[in-house]
Amino acid sequence: MAERSGMVEKRGLGLWLTHLGLIIGVLFIFFPIWLAFVASTVENQDIIRPPMPVWPGDQMIENYTNALVAGINAPVALMLFNSLVMALGIALGKIAISLLSAFAIVYFRFPFRQTFFWLIFLTLMLPVEVRIVPTYEVVANFGMLNSYSGLILPLVASATATFLFRQFFLTVPDELAEAARVDGARPMQFFFDILLPMSRTNIAALFVILFIYGWNQYLWPLLITTDPEMNTIVMGIKQMFPSGDDFAHWPTIMATSILAMVPPVIVVVGMQKLFIRGLVESEK
Amino acid sequence: MEKRVTFKGIWLPLLLVLPQILITAVFFFYPAGQAIWQSLFIPDPFGLSMQWVGLGNFEYLLSDRYYRASFVTTAIFSILVTLVSMGVALYLAVLADRLIKGSGAYRTLLIWPYAVAPAVAGVLWLFMFNTRVGVVSWYLGQLGYDWNHVLNEGEAMGLVVVASAWGRISYNFLFFLAGLQAIPRSVIEAAAIDGARFWTRFRTIVWPLLSPTTFFLLVVNIIYAFFETFGVIHTITSGGPQQATTILVYKVYSDGFVGQDLGSSAAQSVILLVVVSILTIIQFKYIERRVHY
Repeated sequence: MAERSGMVEKRGLGLWLTHLGLIIGVLFIFFPIWLAFVASTVENQDIIRPPMPVWPGDQMIENYTNALVAGINAPVALMLFNSLVMALGIALGKIAISLLSAFAIVYFRFPFRQTFFWLIFLTLMLPVEVRIVPTYEVVANFGMLNSYSGLILPLVASATATFLFRQFFLTVPDELAEAARVDGARPMQFFFDILLPMSRTNIAALFVILFIYGWNQYLWPLLITTDPEMNTIVMGIKQMFPSGDDFAHWPTIMATSILAMVPPVIVVVGMQKLFIRGLVESEK
Repeated sequence: MEKRVTFKGIWLPLLLVLPQILITAVFFFYPAGQAIWQSLFIPDPFGLSMQWVGLGNFEYLLSDRYYRASFVTTAIFSILVTLVSMGVALYLAVLADRLIKGSGAYRTLLIWPYAVAPAVAGVLWLFMFNTRVGVVSWYLGQLGYDWNHVLNEGEAMGLVVVASAWGRISYNFLFFLAGLQAIPRSVIEAAAIDGARFWTRFRTIVWPLLSPTTFFLLVVNIIYAFFETFGVIHTITSGGPQQATTILVYKVYSDGFVGQDLGSSAAQSVILLVVVSILTIIQFKYIERRVHY
């Protein structure tokens, strides 16, 4: 961004008030996570006799180890692994099938091309939330309950990613395809040697968004993973609360919540530029 | 827009679109068709046969007090989530935009809750307001206010709204800040020279120029509140108390899976399908005309 002249920006007292306002906002955002972190480092007795402490305790290693290795219904390490498989499967799957269909739709003329394009578009109007019971039945009939393919496949179609790649391919100069054809390159050679490397940034930006989308799924894993060993971490947290009137084991639950946040937060903060790009592009 | 240079062949492109088409057919269109089909029947109590009822399920739904209440609940919930998250985000974005230096640092500090799943956000807020151990509810108790979202419908709604809006602030902040920074400085400075104070400038210049962003966010946030907040509701209130936080998506789930009322659940799916179609069309019609970004 160009250096601003500073005529309407604040100085002196106004500047401090602006910072104060922003810091209050940041604290409001941080507060729930701070409490969760503190709760994950103390003993359960410290929590069930309120008010809980404000500063971290000395049980951090014990609590996290206990959660990862033992958990409550299943080891959290296992749930983390399930989430990782699901998030990677969804993100990479969506990117792969969308790249291929966008390539076909942009670079070929074939029967029903427009029909296919519209079919893919219409999936935007069919989020899993509006077709839960019949989709569950399909997955059950395939025997894919409590399986990775059941977690991944029904979510892997992507109108957004297909659009994005289509838009991008349309901006690729015609001369490149022309040259490839003159050189006798087959379509798939053109795709892998030229188009794919050119799409790198778009793929990376989309990957960030789709990874978070996959990681944060809740309703779908809730329906199809009845076996605790197949639970993903995001949906498994709720399962850790005891039914009835027992006290929840808060340190384990909160350690799990923190663990559930860490991978997607690392992805967002570590790839901030790509993330913002992906967010803006995928909403176009 | 079309490519002038294309490759020859029919089978290769068909093969290339096949995976996507297969998945959409099996997991999207077939189930959606099933939902529409099932919405015209009611299964007998043993689940052995289906009885044709035409639009009976829909008539029943629309006359059902709980379903109509769920519509109202969804409307209130969505409007509140949208207003709270957009309001806070706009406030923070306006502040960050006034800084010459440091808006990038605040952006980093504010964007990452986007990565926190709604269901996890639900657990965090549930923990703070838990009736037995929650910190906030404990201090409220010390002040003489007896917080109990398990019994109090208004408090339950307030809690799910705040938990849903909290994680959404980042997203809205990002788009508002980008929108604000896209407004030409010279226009605002010209107004400042003419003696317009901050509020006047905001009302007459910034807000109108920001309106494409605002409208876009309005639509996107309503879609979010409708369809992506299931995790928050399920973790905090499970739709209660007395269905006070049962939004439409939650009702499809609780009637279809918990209550096993397939005909009604299918009819609800069809109604949601219409809602999401309308929202998608609005979103797309609008985005065609969107200038920024």
